[in-house]
Amino acid sequence: MTVPLALLGLLEREPSHGYDLKRDYDAYFGRGKPLPFGQVYATLARLARGGKVLVGDAEPGAGPDRKRYVITEHGVSELATWLAEPVVSDPHLQSVLFVKVVLALLSGRPAEQYLDTQRAAHLRRMRELTEIKRTGSTIDALLADHGLFHLEADLRWIDLTTARLGALAREVTR
Amino acid sequence: MILEARDVHFSFGSTPALRGANLAVAAGEIVAVMGPSGSGKSTLLHCLAGILVPDAGEVLFAEQRLDALGEVARSTVRRDRFGFVFQFGQLVPELSAEENVALPLLLGGAKRPTALARAREWLVRLGLDGLGQRRSGELSGGQEQRVALARGMVTGPEVLFADEPTGALDSLTGEQVMDLLTANAREHGTTVVLVTHEPRVAAYADREVIVRDGLVTPLTLGATP
Repeated sequence: MTVPLALLGLLEREPSHGYDLKRDYDAYFGRGKPLPFGQVYATLARLARGGKVLVGDAEPGAGPDRKRYVITEHGVSELATWLAEPVVSDPHLQSVLFVKVVLALLSGRPAEQYLDTQRAAHLRRMRELTEIKRTGSTIDALLADHGLFHLEADLRWIDLTTARLGALAREVTR
Repeated sequence: MILEARDVHFSFGSTPALRGANLAVAAGEIVAVMGPSGSGKSTLLHCLAGILVPDAGEVLFAEQRLDALGEVARSTVRRDRFGFVFQFGQLVPELSAEENVALPLLLGGAKRPTALARAREWLVRLGLDGLGQRRSGELSGGQEQRVALARGMVTGPEVLFADEPTGALDSLTGEQVMDLLTANAREHGTTVVLVTHEPRVAAYADREVIVRDGLVTPLTLGATP
């Protein structure tokens, strides 16, 4: 969902070719998920149809992509509005793990073990992210931090749920 | 295994803290001991380090019964073969940073110039070059904790016991202390027993165990039946 807006943001710096946009997108945002060329050009075409970018004439040269894209006032306005809006605070109230815990309690299965297994999986991922922070760039470290804080929040929930399993069991099996 | 707790029981008066705790730590391993407040994780660390003697069960260090030694012999093991870092640096306020780091060497009989030279090396290694003459009140929390880490590592301990070593620090400073702690431990092959309730700190370890109601549960992905 953010790809069109990210491309608009990159275009706001200076008019660019599709290849340059893909390269910069991958460098800043494409950790483990580079943007396919097809998606770059399809997105740019959509932005052009919506009046958010202008497409220049093909320039002479050997490369496959010799068109330069320029952001319009409409594009700048849409980008500015999006940047100023807070991201939706999604509380994930119906998480898969919560469903598993309740179903485990309903069926007399070991909910605490399931929570411990999830805790081990989260901690393993946190170890990987910590290693990325230790060896990577500042961009890598900040992205890893984002993941680490979210996993930590999940782990706090797991701790509290473990401590409240008795009460939860009484409530759901009533 | 360099360090092992076997069926360790310990009570504070009539309140049981450990009720048959088992843990085996391999040489060079960094193990995080996690658990809720009052679960017994610090008591386990104190038993493994020979600070407390279990009511029942065994503690082995380098295949020797640590719990069977007398107080003087355990104190010698702690001084010569173990290092310690606690939540609050617990530096001696009357001494400079350099003297604090040199303290375990001086207590072990090293000559003062030799001990201070080693202390200075460790201060440089931990990014505290030029701060050796400061006292604890003249250092930031992060600097104090790095001095405490230098003091814990200066004797070249076989095992470093760290009890909530970042508990009093903000996230970024805590991260720097953990980076230094684990990097130096790995470089010197030091085994680390790290007690923490913070997952972000535990993530620096090779593996985690959780202490719950005085028992140790290893965390594995294969636990689900």
